[in-house]
Amino acid sequence: MNLRDSRAVPVNHLEAENLQLWRGDRHVLKGVGFTLSRGECLQVTGTNGAGKTTLLRTLCGLMVPEEGRVLREGRDVRADLPAYHSSLMYLGHEAPLKADLTARENLYYWIGVRRRVAGAELDAALARVGAGACCERLVRALSAGQKRRVALAGLALMFAPLWLLDEPTTNLDAEGQQVVGALMAEQLARGGAIVVATHQQLPAAVRVAQVLELAS
Amino acid sequence: MQAQAPSPVATAAASLSGGTEVAPALAAARLALSRDLTLAFRKRGQLIQPLAFFALVTMLFPLAVSPELSRLRAIAPGVLWVAALLASLLALEFLFRDDAYDGTLEQYALSGQSLTWLLFAKTAAHWLLTGLPLALMAPLAAMSLGVAAAAVPGIVLVMVVGTVALSLIGAIGAALTLGMKRSGALLALLTLPLSLPVLIYGARATELAIGGTSFIAPLELLAALAVLAVTLAPLAAAAAVRISLE
Amino acid sequence: MRWTWFHRLASPPYLYALAARLTPWFAWPAALLILGGLYAGLVLAPPDYQQGEGFRIIYVHVPSAWMSLMVYVTMGVAAAVGLIWRMKVAHAVAASCAPIGASFTVAALVTGSLWGKPMWGTYWVWDPRLTSELILLFLYLGFMGLRAGFDDTQRADRSAALLAIVGMVNVPIIHYSVIWWNSLHQGPSVMRLGKPTMPPAMLVPLLVLLLGFTLFFAAVLLVRVRAEILQRERAARWIGETLRA
Repeated sequence: MNLRDSRAVPVNHLEAENLQLWRGDRHVLKGVGFTLSRGECLQVTGTNGAGKTTLLRTLCGLMVPEEGRVLREGRDVRADLPAYHSSLMYLGHEAPLKADLTARENLYYWIGVRRRVAGAELDAALARVGAGACCERLVRALSAGQKRRVALAGLALMFAPLWLLDEPTTNLDAEGQQVVGALMAEQLARGGAIVVATHQQLPAAVRVAQVLELAS
Repeated sequence: MQAQAPSPVATAAASLSGGTEVAPALAAARLALSRDLTLAFRKRGQLIQPLAFFALVTMLFPLAVSPELSRLRAIAPGVLWVAALLASLLALEFLFRDDAYDGTLEQYALSGQSLTWLLFAKTAAHWLLTGLPLALMAPLAAMSLGVAAAAVPGIVLVMVVGTVALSLIGAIGAALTLGMKRSGALLALLTLPLSLPVLIYGARATELAIGGTSFIAPLELLAALAVLAVTLAPLAAAAAVRISLE
Repeated sequence: MRWTWFHRLASPPYLYALAARLTPWFAWPAALLILGGLYAGLVLAPPDYQQGEGFRIIYVHVPSAWMSLMVYVTMGVAAAVGLIWRMKVAHAVAASCAPIGASFTVAALVTGSLWGKPMWGTYWVWDPRLTSELILLFLYLGFMGLRAGFDDTQRADRSAALLAIVGMVNVPIIHYSVIWWNSLHQGPSVMRLGKPTMPPAMLVPLLVLLLGFTLFFAAVLLVRVRAEILQRERAARWIGETLRA
């Protein structure tokens, strides 16, 4: 029904209004605001401790800002968090992978909690990110880069309109970075939006519409 | 309404969702359950620990009190329940800890599914892996304390109901102490006072079962506690996990 | 920017000033009532026909036990308000309640066991009231322990608040199961108090002391809340301004 409303009044995909957040005595988010349309990518930069991760966690509704709000399709996301959550995908710098499960099982349980997923889909996604060989191997035996690729396969499987990515290119070689770039470009092409926090250069395939620099 | 041509916005959204079907809450919970069971069976060594602990605590009493079966029989219900309480407490620390570290709980909280159901599933897995084996092992421990074999079905039944409540109450404590580096003693301090009613009714029902009389009254009270825990504890645990993610 | 600071801190300075203004209004009546009540209870009231002079400890024991529960309820309500409406000062109130409540609980336990000595010849009896009181002490200790376990005040506040709510649901369950447990192992309920037969000369001082203890709690709570607010808002500008003024 969100969509029906949005047809009448064209609204922005994701909007943050004057987000203010304190952690103890520290004023972490000092009036952050932006407007993101469909098919756009917002890059959040800033030094370590500038609040990039805090901003992403606030955007996805885990943290509650003292002031300001986050709007999706013109509506406060707090009004219906489960619906908002099923429309977004948050990938932190730690991939939620279990060492004692295989790459494939990890994906199956991770994605399966959100939507029905077929085995063939999992294999295709793993192959796509260049981790096809790791399918049946325990994650314990994978390198940091391979683990990262398994996490990216999760991203490829999650057809969420909004991606919130925290340092997606960490631990990846040049080829892996290309994969990230391709996945992100694809997401933008199909009208999805991305908020990505990184101080690294994003792969060339990703057209960054806006850059938001957080001051520490 | 439906006859209208889809708007560009709607089509974009449809292609994004890719015709995929959102998993129903129960299916998601079942998946969370089977995930935890799979993981536990990959690390089989850890499964035995609470059981070994339970047996060990039971063994302490003949050594500390007396090997006389008549004396042990008198304290058997108390011994069984204290041992079960401590063993289930011991296992609690791992209930949410790993999933908090690697971001699984975060993904659960952001899955759009009910976190309450997912945590209920995790707690159910925990009970299947610790509470149920404890209940099944209790007769063995009881018989080593001089309890007659006739009391076995009663002991198991009471233990099964009681450990359900213990696991759920424990889940609240485990979720509350998530943000801490070391939580062992605090977890006990939080969980044990809340578990006392379970101990009281459980031990009394066991005592009656051993004595060969009807233990239906305390069992009913124990079942009431378990039902209350099933309804409220997952809600509290979900709230606690959300707080830990803030 | 200045408005957000103002907005965020609007209530703490207000509550800080309000608490300062209200404290004497509770402290003085509390002092008068407690002194008067103690005089009436320890000196004026006649000795009990069974327990002799020993019964007089109820004038400390009963109000302490009463307060130990009332403080827990206050704490739970404040915690719930803080958790639901994200009100920081409510968490400050809940945090201030815990040590006061724990102290009342300890006072009730100590006076209860002192009472036990002349009554049953032993300092400790597993009487349902004393047992419940002991469990209540552990609930307070758990609350304070959980708070102390977190470095982050916000997380400590919210986690402890949830625990206080869970505790509030559980206190009656624990209480009744302890009574049930005690009724099995017979043992007459020893501290049966508030009998309707209690003569007014004994009852009135008790009621006066109950009121006095309640006001005393309110006064101490206000002082602690101010300290708690100072501690929490130490980085805020109004503190310097208030303290200089």
